[in-house]
Amino acid sequence: MAHPIRTTLWYLLLTAGAILTLLPFGWMVLTSLQPAATTLTATMTWLPKSLQWLNYWHVWQAAPFARYCLNSLLVTVATTAGELFTSLLAAFAFTHLRFYGQRWLFALMVALMLVPSELLLIPNFITLAHLHWVNTYAGLIVPWLASPFMLVALHQAFKAQPQTLYLAARLDGASDWQYLWHVLVPINRPIITAVALLQVIGSWNAFMWPLIVTNADALRTLPVGLMTFTSDQGTNYPLLMAASVCVILPLFILYLACQKYLILGVTASRLKG
Amino acid sequence: MLNQTPTAKSTLKALLYLAPLLVLTAVFILWPLLNAFLISLYTKYNYYTGHVGALGWANFGYLWHDPAFHLATRNTLLLVLIAMPVSVALALAIALGINQIPRLAGFFQTVYFLPFVTSTVAIGLVWNWIFRLDGGLLNRLLSLLHIPAIDWLNDPHYSLGALILVCIWQGLGFNIILFLAGLNHIDHRFARAAKLDGASDWQRFTNVTWPLLMPITILVIVNTSITNFKVFDQVYALFHGAAGPGDADLTLMVYLYQKFYVENQMAVAAACGVVLFLCVSALTLITVGYFHHRQRQLGGR
Repeated sequence: MAHPIRTTLWYLLLTAGAILTLLPFGWMVLTSLQPAATTLTATMTWLPKSLQWLNYWHVWQAAPFARYCLNSLLVTVATTAGELFTSLLAAFAFTHLRFYGQRWLFALMVALMLVPSELLLIPNFITLAHLHWVNTYAGLIVPWLASPFMLVALHQAFKAQPQTLYLAARLDGASDWQYLWHVLVPINRPIITAVALLQVIGSWNAFMWPLIVTNADALRTLPVGLMTFTSDQGTNYPLLMAASVCVILPLFILYLACQKYLILGVTASRLKG
Repeated sequence: MLNQTPTAKSTLKALLYLAPLLVLTAVFILWPLLNAFLISLYTKYNYYTGHVGALGWANFGYLWHDPAFHLATRNTLLLVLIAMPVSVALALAIALGINQIPRLAGFFQTVYFLPFVTSTVAIGLVWNWIFRLDGGLLNRLLSLLHIPAIDWLNDPHYSLGALILVCIWQGLGFNIILFLAGLNHIDHRFARAAKLDGASDWQRFTNVTWPLLMPITILVIVNTSITNFKVFDQVYALFHGAAGPGDADLTLMVYLYQKFYVENQMAVAAACGVVLFLCVSALTLITVGYFHHRQRQLGGR
């Protein structure tokens, strides 16, 4: 580069920012390995002599933590899969089939993207109460299975496919159903993975809705369970931090494995919308 | 099949594909959308008996006179007005930096995006422990600089600042990714042409990069503002379910939650939701309108 000094300054700035970004994670991991009593005293050493890996074992034994984990996994997988199913079918209909009211129905779905889910919180809770779905998996999952955002993202991808491909498949005797699942979905795997990843992150980290529709330990998801863990454990920070690591780590691993899809999803959904 | 006019048969077939989405949308988005406005007009609403008085503006009147609502509005506006500009400026600087350096760009991008995939509640609890008076990381670091310890979470002078810091930290990565995508879209020939014409780096930024980046910048501004308008998880985790010392961190969403879930005043909470929705919509419309206006000024592309 022509300006070594400027490049060095950029590196310094970026490194400082990266350290500040990573600081909370580092503090979390360090604390999670401390003996329980030391954290609140000034004598706590930054790196304890004997790392308390057992803290992680205690987390799994304390509270129904494994249950929270299972619930989070179930809710995340079911929400993402269900949302993909409804959106894929609808995106196919909007791009490859013709029906009355097609244009205004799509315009409606685009407009619904702007509705903040916070506004729907109270009426949806009342609907759930009428259905007796409070404190059920259905209550955690079903209200999120329709996503205008995912529909519009898939619609853009499907619309970009050449019509000749569809006509060729039809001439070869493929039904619409076969074309969707055996041609359209495999071709568009990157964008489908991307929107699915965004939903996985959203569901796994969701807090307000699970907080409101569950009040039984058996149904709590990880973030809600973590909050109850706080009151149970008082100021036992090593255990609390170990629990936080358990909540954060799965998505870290997923992110590092699928980074390019995730960034594709973020940019594709926001730039064109 | 394509480019045909619809028939009854093709419509029926399409409806089969659309049915799951349409039914769910009707029940869980469209109906509650209308219902949210309706509930906000209920007076003397008793959720348990389903009793509703006449429809009226009483709930909005309640908000108008409720000091707690004023406080929540003030805090939310402060949060947005401080966190948004700082976040946008930092994200732009970091994205420009990542775009300039010859090596490690991917590494920095990965690091800066980590908070986006992090559970707000889990890291909020970590922040709570960082800000603690006794033993927290921040005060430990301050003591190295011989600065007396500050009770970040219990001193109303500092607690909103602590919340703002957490919000900036969490939202930064997303904005950086958007700016990076915007920078990649800019044609490098513009910058090169400006360089040949003898423009300095700063001139190239203000006259070439910045105007071309304007659409993305507006998107980032709208997005950051909306996200910070709706802050809830951070407050809940940071103050263990409370709204900060003396409600110093009461935001509109926390107010809505308290009315709805704690005090069972559903209609008032719904009215608060409507106010929130109108604020966010107005914000979006104004910025998007401004964006279109500018596009037309620039000749439209």
